[in-house]
Amino acid sequence: MTDSLCGNLTWDSIMLVKAWKDPNVNNLITAGAAAMIPVGALMVPLLLLWTGWWRPLFRDWLASVDHKKIGVLYIALAVVMLFRGVVEGTLMRLHHATALHGGVLSPDHFNQLFTTHGTTMIFFVAMPLITGLMNVVIPLQLGARDVAYPRLNQIGFWLTASGGFLITISLLIGQFATGGWSAYPAYTGSIFSPGVGVDYWLLSVGLSGIGSTLSGVNFAVTLYKLRAPGMTFMRMPLFLWTSLCVSILLVLIMPPLTVACITLGLDRYLGFHFYTNDLGGNLMNFINLFWMFGHPEVYILALPAYGVMSEVASTFSAKRLYGYPSIVVATMCIAVLSFLVWLHHFFTMGQSALVNAVFGIATLIIAIPTGMKVYDWLATLWRGRIRFTTPMIYLCGFLVLFVIGGLTGIILANPTIDFQVHNSLFLVAHFHNVIIPGVVFGMLAGLHYWFPKVFGFRLLESWGRTTAWLWIVGFSVTFFPLYVAGLMGMRRRAVDYADPAIQPYMIVAAIGSLILCLAFLALLGTILRSILLRKQLAVPLGDPWDARTLEWATPCPPPEYNFAVLPEVTARDAFWEAKENGTAYAPVEKYEDIHLPPPTYYGLWIGAFASVLGFAVVWHIGWLSLLGLLGSIAVPIAYALLPYREIILPAAEVQKQDEAWRCAARETDGVTRDEEAHATNRGLAKPDELEIEFAAAER
Amino acid sequence: MNSPPKLHPGLNLGPAHGDDHEAAENSIFGFWVFMMSDLVTFGMFFALYATALHATAGGPGPKDLFDLSSVAWQTGFLLVSSLTSGLALLHVKTHHHRSGAAIGPMLFWLLATVALGGLFLWREIGDFQAMAAQGALPTRSNWLSSLWALVGLHGLHVSIGMLWALVIALGVLLRGVDQRWKLTLLRWGVFWHFLDIVWIAIFSFVYLGGLR
Amino acid sequence: MGSELKSYLTGFALAVLLTAIPFVLVATRSDLPLGWILSLCAIAQAIVHLRYFLHLRWRGQKREDLQLVLFTVLVLFFLIGGTIWVLGDLATRM
Ligand code: HEM
Ligand SMILES: [Cu+2]
Repeated sequence: MTDSLCGNLTWDSIMLVKAWKDPNVNNLITAGAAAMIPVGALMVPLLLLWTGWWRPLFRDWLASVDHKKIGVLYIALAVVMLFRGVVEGTLMRLHHATALHGGVLSPDHFNQLFTTHGTTMIFFVAMPLITGLMNVVIPLQLGARDVAYPRLNQIGFWLTASGGFLITISLLIGQFATGGWSAYPAYTGSIFSPGVGVDYWLLSVGLSGIGSTLSGVNFAVTLYKLRAPGMTFMRMPLFLWTSLCVSILLVLIMPPLTVACITLGLDRYLGFHFYTNDLGGNLMNFINLFWMFGHPEVYILALPAYGVMSEVASTFSAKRLYGYPSIVVATMCIAVLSFLVWLHHFFTMGQSALVNAVFGIATLIIAIPTGMKVYDWLATLWRGRIRFTTPMIYLCGFLVLFVIGGLTGIILANPTIDFQVHNSLFLVAHFHNVIIPGVVFGMLAGLHYWFPKVFGFRLLESWGRTTAWLWIVGFSVTFFPLYVAGLMGMRRRAVDYADPAIQPYMIVAAIGSLILCLAFLALLGTILRSILLRKQLAVPLGDPWDARTLEWATPCPPPEYNFAVLPEVTARDAFWEAKENGTAYAPVEKYEDIHLPPPTYYGLWIGAFASVLGFAVVWHIGWLSLLGLLGSIAVPIAYALLPYREIILPAAEVQKQDEAWRCAARETDGVTRDEEAHATNRGLAKPDELEIEFAAAER
Repeated sequence: MNSPPKLHPGLNLGPAHGDDHEAAENSIFGFWVFMMSDLVTFGMFFALYATALHATAGGPGPKDLFDLSSVAWQTGFLLVSSLTSGLALLHVKTHHHRSGAAIGPMLFWLLATVALGGLFLWREIGDFQAMAAQGALPTRSNWLSSLWALVGLHGLHVSIGMLWALVIALGVLLRGVDQRWKLTLLRWGVFWHFLDIVWIAIFSFVYLGGLR
Repeated sequence: MGSELKSYLTGFALAVLLTAIPFVLVATRSDLPLGWILSLCAIAQAIVHLRYFLHLRWRGQKREDLQLVLFTVLVLFFLIGGTIWVLGDLATRM
C-alpha cells in the first residue's frame, strides 16, 4: 500500500484526461465510452429528481426484498451490461474486418476489449440473467411466498452489482485487464501485468462470485424446503429441476473461482508464490482451479435455459412434457458429469495422453443425456397444438443451432483434434454457438414467456418475433464464418492476421455483428413499445398462454405474497390439473394473515461498502480499504442487533384482493388459441374445442 | 435411548421450543448448505497445498519448521472449545424454552469458547512468528505460500467465529434469548464445530503428515 | 444426565482418543504405516464430530443434510483427486 491519500490514483488514470493529452483513435474510442459514465451519473439522478421517480425507486425497488423485484433488478443489470458486451463484440468484429496486417485498434486496446467482453458477458450478463430469472420464477412455480432468505437474496444482488460497478468504472478510471476472461498467470501476475487491470478483474469477479454463491444457497434451500404441500420432487416443473441442479452447482463450484481469485490476489498484492515463474510457483495450478469452476459454470448457464425451453415447449404445444423422468435424469447426469470434465479446456497443457483420454471420454459422455433432452423436446412438439409465439421461435432456433454447437463441442472433446484447433477461432465459434443459441435464446424466451407474469402485460408479438429472427440470423452470419476462419488457422485473441484469404470471412462476420446490434436494439424496442401499449396488452387474469404450472395460478402481476393461500399440489402439471377439474379459480374457504419481511437497505449498504472496498483495493488506497472492510463487517452486525419486525397483512385484506381476482377469472370467457396474441386476451386462454374432443377420445 | 427425530445439523431445540424449533429447520439447513460451499473452499486450499508439497524451492520444509507440541496444544484448545460451544447450546435447549431463564450459564460457556479460541489463535500466531523469524515467510516458496494461506484461512475463520460469539453475547444481553438469537446461536454452533473438523484435516495432513 | 449431554461427552472422549493416537505415534517416530493411520484416524474423527457434535445420522426423517455432505465429499474427491492426478502427472513430465 502506498502512503499517498489517493494510493496509485492520479489524474492521468482518468481516461478522459488521458485522451485529452494524447488523442489517438484508441484513446478516443475508450474516452467516448468512458464519457457515458459521468454523463450517465449526472443525468440519471437529475432525471430521477425531476420526475420524482427516485422515491418509488428507492422505496419499492431498492429496499424491496420481494423476489420478483430482485429478479427484475438482476435482469435490468444484465441488459445494461449486455449493451456494453454487444458493443465490444461488434467493435472487435469490425476491427477484424480491416485487420489484415494491422487495423484500427492497438493490440493493448484489443486485448482489453476481449477481456472485458468475455468477463462482462459471462459474469454480468449471463449470470445475472439466470439468477434473475430463477429469482422471479422459482418461488412462483413452487407455490411459495418468497425465497427462503429474502434479505440474503438482496445482498447477493448488490454484491453482483458492485462487481458490475467495478468493471464499469474501470472504463473511466484506469483500465481493465488484458489477460482474457480466464486471466491466466504468469501473464496476469504482478511482473507482467503491473497495472490495475488485473486487480479490477479479481475484485469484480470475486465479489460477484460471492454473490452467486449466496444465491445458490438461497435457491437450494428454497427448493428443498419451501415446496407447496404435495409438490414432491417428481412433481416439480422442469425449470425447477434445472434450478435445483444449478443451485447445487453454484454452491459447490463457485469456491474454486473464489480461491483462484484470492490466491492470484495474494500473489499480486503480498508477493506470494502460487503462480509465479520462480520459487516453486506453478501457474498450471491456476488453470486447473479456474476450469474446475469454469466448466460447471457453462452448465450453470445452460441448464436454466434447458428448463425454460422445456416449459416453453410444453406450454406452446399444449401438451405435457414428453419423457419428464428422462429429462430429470438427464439433467442430474449432466450436473454430475460437469464436475468431471474440466480438463478439456487445457488438453494442450502437457499432461500425458492417458489423462487427456480419460477427460475426453468423460466429455463425450455428456452428449448422451443432452441428446436425450433434444429428442424429448422434439417429441413434446410432435402433434401438439403449436403456436408460433416468440418463445417458440427461440425454441426452434435453439433446437437447430444449439445442436450444431453441441456437435462442434463433440469434435473439440477429442484431444487429437483439439490440438489442431485449440485457441483458434473455431473454438470461439463453438462457445458462442452454445452460449448464444443456448443461454441467450433460452433467457430471451424466458423473458417473453414470463414477462406478463411479472409486469402484468405481454410483450408485443410482432416486435418479439422480429427480434428473435434477428438474433437467429445475426448469430448465424456472425459465427459460422468463424468456424472456417478457425480451421484456416486464425488464432483467437489475435489483433490481426496475415492470410488475405481470411478477410472475406471477417467481413461477413462483421456484417453479422451489425445484425446482432440490431437484434439488441429490437429487444429494447420490444420492451419500450410494449410499455407504451401496456393497457392493450394487459393480462390481469394471470394465465395468458393457457399454461400448466403454478406460477400462472396467480394474477398478473402477482401480489407481493404471490399466493393468497398456498396451493395443494396433486399432480405434475398442477395448474393444468386444477383447470381440468374446474377448481382453478374456485372460491377459497379460509384466509389467514400473511407475514412479510420488511423492506430494508441492508443489501444496498453491503453493496456500497463492497464497492468502496473493491475500488480502494484496486488503487491501493489503504485508509479507504479499511473503511470499506470495516463497513462490510459493521453492517451485518448492526442489522443483527437492530430490531426486526415482520409486516402482517390481515386476512381480510388478502381476501378482498384474492376474491376480486377469482371472481373476474370465473366470469371471463377465455380466448381461443388463435387469439392468444390479440388484445382480447386478458389473461385467460383456453384449449380449442377440437383439442378437448381429442383429449377426451384419447382417454 | 429414544432420541427425537433430528431435523437439521447441530443441536435441535426440540418441540418444547414450539415455533422456534420449527423456524430452525430452514434456517440451519441453509447455513449448512453454505458450510458445504466453505468446505469446498478449504478443499481447494488443501489441493493447492498437496500439489505444493515439494515446491519448497530450496527453502525450509515441514521438518524444519513444525513444532509438534504447539500443534498439540492448539488441537487441544480447539477440541475443548467444541465441547464448551456444545454446552452453551445445550443450556439454551434445556433452559430457554420458557422466558425468564437465566442467561448466565449460557454466557459462561459461550465466553469460555471464545477464550479457548483466543488461546488457539495465540499459539498459532506464535508459530507463525517463529516461522517468520526463520525466514519462512509466504514469499519464500510456493509451499510456504500454500501453508500460510491454508492455515491462515482457518485462523481467519476462528477469528470470525469469536467475533460472532461476542456479537451474540451482546445480542442476548440486549434482547434476551429470543427466536432470532436462538437461531443465530445454532448456526454459530454449526460453524464452530465445522471449524474443528477442518482443523482435524489440517493437523493430520499438514502438520503430522509433514512431520512423519 | 441428559442423552444429549452424554452424546457430547462420548464424542469428546472419542475425539480425544483419535487425536492422541496419531500425535503419540508421530512423536515416538513409530514404524507403523503412518500415512494410513493418520488418514484413518482423521476420517474417523471427522465422522465422530459429525455424529456426536453435529448430530448427523443415518436414521431420522429428513436427511437432506447428510446427503449434502456425502455429495460434497464426493465432489471434493473428484476435484482434489483430479487435481493431484493431473498436476502430479504434469510434474513427472517436466
Ligand atoms: C452479441 C454478439 C457477440 C459478438 C459480436 C461477440 C464477439 C466476440 C469476439 C469478437 C470475441 C473475441 C474473439 C477472439 O478472441 O478473437 C469474443 C470473445 C468472447 N465472447 Fe463474445 N460475442 C458476442 C456475444 C457473446 C455472449 C452472449 C457471450 C456470453 C454470454 C460471449 C462470451 C465471450 C467470451 C467468454 C469470449 C472470450 C473472451 C476471451 O478471449 O477471454 N460473447 N466475442
Ligand atoms: Cu468445458
